[in-house]
Amino acid sequence: MSIQVKDVEHVAKLARLNLTDEERVMFTDQLNAILQYADKLNELDTENVKPTTHVLNLHNVMREDEVKESLPAEKVFLNAPEEEDGQFKVPAVLE
Amino acid sequence: MTLFDLRLQEIQNKLSNKELSVTDLVGEAFANIGKRDERVGAYLTLNEEGARAQAAALDDKLVSGEARGLLFGLPVGVKDNMVTEGLRTTCASQFLSNYNPIYDATVVARLKQAEAVTIGKLNMDEFAMGGSNENSSFHPVRNPWDLTRVPGGSSGGSAAAVAAGEAYFTLGSDTGGSIRQPASYCGVVGLKPTYGLVSRYGLVAFASSLDQIGPITKNVEDAAYVLQAIAGHDAKDSTSANVEIPDYLSALTGDVAGLRIAVPKEYLDGVDPKVKAAILEALCVLEGLGAVWEEVSLPHTEYAVAAYYLLASSEASSNLSRFDGVRYGVRADHSGNLLDLYLESRSQGFGPEVKRRIMLGTYALSSGYYDAYYLKAQKVRTLIKQDFDQTFDKYDVIIGPTAPTTAFPLGSQVGDPLTMYLNDILTIPVSLAGVPALSVPCGFADGLPVGLQIIGKPFDESSILRVAHAFEAHTDHHKQRPSL
Repeated sequence: MSIQVKDVEHVAKLARLNLTDEERVMFTDQLNAILQYADKLNELDTENVKPTTHVLNLHNVMREDEVKESLPAEKVFLNAPEEEDGQFKVPAVLE
Repeated sequence: MTLFDLRLQEIQNKLSNKELSVTDLVGEAFANIGKRDERVGAYLTLNEEGARAQAAALDDKLVSGEARGLLFGLPVGVKDNMVTEGLRTTCASQFLSNYNPIYDATVVARLKQAEAVTIGKLNMDEFAMGGSNENSSFHPVRNPWDLTRVPGGSSGGSAAAVAAGEAYFTLGSDTGGSIRQPASYCGVVGLKPTYGLVSRYGLVAFASSLDQIGPITKNVEDAAYVLQAIAGHDAKDSTSANVEIPDYLSALTGDVAGLRIAVPKEYLDGVDPKVKAAILEALCVLEGLGAVWEEVSLPHTEYAVAAYYLLASSEASSNLSRFDGVRYGVRADHSGNLLDLYLESRSQGFGPEVKRRIMLGTYALSSGYYDAYYLKAQKVRTLIKQDFDQTFDKYDVIIGPTAPTTAFPLGSQVGDPLTMYLNDILTIPVSLAGVPALSVPCGFADGLPVGLQIIGKPFDESSILRVAHAFEAHTDHHKQRPSL
């Protein structure tokens, strides 16, 4: 399957990226080249192979449900682009 | 002979004998940075004031004779994707160019606990995506052996700083080869531990099922020494392995008699003939020490790069969704609503390679393509892991080159991502299998360093360190220094 410019536009929207016209063309070409290379995987029969999500033999890692110290609010806001009254400020979500 | 030719433990002996002070060590590092880093470009942020203050405090402690941490007084550079409280951490991205962390990564906390001195943050490919360091959004790193060539990546700054005598040791991170490949290109030792051995807490996530932190050093003993200080379970990382940490230095016995080495034919086919010659020569050295090697096959090697780029990019597209310009990082000027804020901040903050991988990963995970790409790649990952499991039933270690070539010229592969990705063909399978591996200098081709990759069983860092140490003791490649 080959990727068209409109597919790249769709994916960019999902990924929250604005692409320039140049980027749209470049990514269309490059993603096609990479995915064409990835088609190599179809040479392998994986019908009865289980997927590996993770190499360690770990299952759910739980801890006791105890209240612990967390970062003080004034530190948390040190890197905030905009802050007001102890909250992160963003533009209006509802018009 | 300079301070940078000494092993870390030799340096500490000189501290104990009062032949040196921590202030001397830190001063020497900054002097070399001042002389060389304008050309090499290894550092993004220096911690000169903090490091000198810490050095003075440690020197006081030296006088009073108090108990000392394992890495007492040793200046270290840290890759700029590990968060350091109060010290800017950028991941070499414009997005985080103003980011000042409010906590320390576990590895950074452990360095502090061991009383190492952080001298600065090291350049890298943006968000650790790349194999040449040309993807840094600030400036590229240049290879100390030849300033027209790349240092490798993504931990290019970490490897170049050690090679250039701008740090006594450094930490890097490795997702598909990002410690081992630059170590190979820069003629230093780079160790990627088993997935889960070193905590990832505070490492800015790229591909969470693959990322692992490890040391880059001038020699194998130093790598073992640093690993001792940073390895071990961490409750803050739910994928941290709860295993007993052995004494890595005691593994360095020099004895490799009877060691069974597997050499995958896929790791020798198609590599640069001069690289191949250096590897075969290294095998002769090990044979001379009583090890035996045989050629084997890891039949799924050729599928590793394709599987890796789908998996790592998918994980990256998810991990990097947190960069939205709301809580930290650079918020772009925008004229509209919340969606515009996201779109503009991400579009202006990320460089081309990061966008490319987010796009690839988003596509591979998107409705209708998940089974064909992401799930398929996870299944192929199982087959690649099985290649390693089966080989380790019969052999103690696997050996081959770290990279198919030596360092390439800056700019020569930009614009051709697939060719760039194929530089990692010999390190990626190891990452997918999650097993430990290190790169140790094993010769030169046309004046450029060649790295020998030694791969071990899960959590058997001791064996690969022992083999590398025995090899190093009978060669002098690691003693060569670039002229800068």
